[in-house]
Amino acid sequence: MPATVVTITSGKGGVGKTTATANIGVALAAGGQRVVCLDADIGLRNLDVVMGLENRIVYDLVDVVEGRCRLKQALIKDKRLPDLHLIPAAQTRDKSAVSPTDMVRLADELRPDFDWIIIDSPAGIERGFRNAIAPADRVLIITNPEVSAVRDADRIIGLIEAEEKGPAELILNRVRADMVKRGDMLGTADVLEVLAIELIGLVPEDENIVVASNRGAPAALDGNSRAGQAFRNIARRLNGEDVPFMNLDESKGFFERLARLVRPGG
Amino acid sequence: MIPPLAIKGIKDGLLITLGDGDWPEVAAGLMARLEETPDFFKGAKVILQIGSRVLGAADLGHLRDQLSDREIVLWAVLSDSGTTQTAAQSLGLEIALPQPPELEPTIDPEERGDEAMFVRRTLRSGRAVHHPGHVIVVGDVNAGAEIVAGGDVVVWGKVRGVVHAGANGDENAIICALDLAPTQLRIAGHIAISPERKGQPTPEVARIRDGRIVAEPWGK
Ligand SMILES: Nc1ncnc2c1ncn2[C@@H]1O[C@H](COP(=O)(O)OP(=O)(O)OP(=O)(O)O)[C@@H](O)[C@H]1O
Ligand SMILES: [Mg+2]
Repeated sequence: MPATVVTITSGKGGVGKTTATANIGVALAAGGQRVVCLDADIGLRNLDVVMGLENRIVYDLVDVVEGRCRLKQALIKDKRLPDLHLIPAAQTRDKSAVSPTDMVRLADELRPDFDWIIIDSPAGIERGFRNAIAPADRVLIITNPEVSAVRDADRIIGLIEAEEKGPAELILNRVRADMVKRGDMLGTADVLEVLAIELIGLVPEDENIVVASNRGAPAALDGNSRAGQAFRNIARRLNGEDVPFMNLDESKGFFERLARLVRPGG
Repeated sequence: MIPPLAIKGIKDGLLITLGDGDWPEVAAGLMARLEETPDFFKGAKVILQIGSRVLGAADLGHLRDQLSDREIVLWAVLSDSGTTQTAAQSLGLEIALPQPPELEPTIDPEERGDEAMFVRRTLRSGRAVHHPGHVIVVGDVNAGAEIVAGGDVVVWGKVRGVVHAGANGDENAIICALDLAPTQLRIAGHIAISPERKGQPTPEVARIRDGRIVAEPWGK
């Protein structure tokens, strides 16, 4: 079956798009599925660093689009997982070097050889975002439990609905149970009430993430990381498995509230 | 000379009918027209009627990118040419409009209402609805969204954003919602910020009384 294209986007910057792309890619490939992660954040590439593949880059996305190399030449094979690949972004160009149609064409060329194409979108609502969602079959919106990040996620969901790319699914990242309990952070139910899209992942704040990113070894490779576990769960849900959400120890009755609020399409 | 083209708002979006002539000129003419009032077209969903013209995926893809740069979504391409239809489909574009069944309007002359704009979706952050008449929303008006209506505003859902009724100065305009907790409400020239809600939300109606906006439970 040809690949499913999953774009991970956010609106607000720094909420965990690149982290999620690397970890979900790792988790899917660890399960034996053929995965390519595509860095669409042209000019600010860093997916290669988080995946630990920076030193293998010869060609990048813009080289492919502008015909300086064949697609296969820009595909970097992961050093740990044989089924994981990366197409890096260009570091020295800007987003106008690539168009939405280029991205659709590129994805179509990749589809026959992979099960999953995971696209790391840049922040914002400009050209780079439009490039990233153009080829998407599924769009995952990632946000943190902060009012400003949720507001931007809402904006992005509206734009995705307008392009008929929906329904988008939600990853809530950097959840801290202690803060939710104290009322210092938006709870999962609060975020879902505003955004009204289906939840696909609930990822705790976990310092392993920072350590893992710096080492270039995504936390999903680490059996002991809580966030890594959360990303592995997302990969299983992408595959259609019904995996219960991790108990981040929020207030009692949380799962009941969740069950009530998460309605498909609602 | 800019080649002729026609732009019309229809139910599914903005219908743009392109005239005859060399494609590069016609496409450039369209871009020039869009540049004249870029704000008007921003966020628009476009249906392009191109008659029997034969276009390939490259031309259509290029056009879509150009529109996308202007924050306009090319949604459908209507054409009699099979080649053009195939090209449009390969780009994931629609090639026909959904045909709703025709309904004869039967209005009882004694029950004449006013024209209103009906929006059946949640207005998310960054979205705005401006309408000279009444506005009815079935869905929420999220924080960061805005409604500006010449008449009344009825929201079958939660209001968290900004709503302005009677925007042309009508002090009799009202705003009703199932749950009224806006960032800001305006009626005619009056402005109100909603207080912290205590207790359960109930349907409310906001109107001007004694020169200021008050919200009262529905049905009281
Ligand atoms: N669950 C988590 N726990 C702790 N730290 C996290 C978590 N998720 C992400 N981070 C950290 O947050 C920072 C931003 O993450 P990341 O680079 O993935 O965001 P991004 O959305 O891709 O940013 P940009 O918009 O700049 O591309 C990084 O330092 C990352 O290590
Ligand atoms: Mg990033």
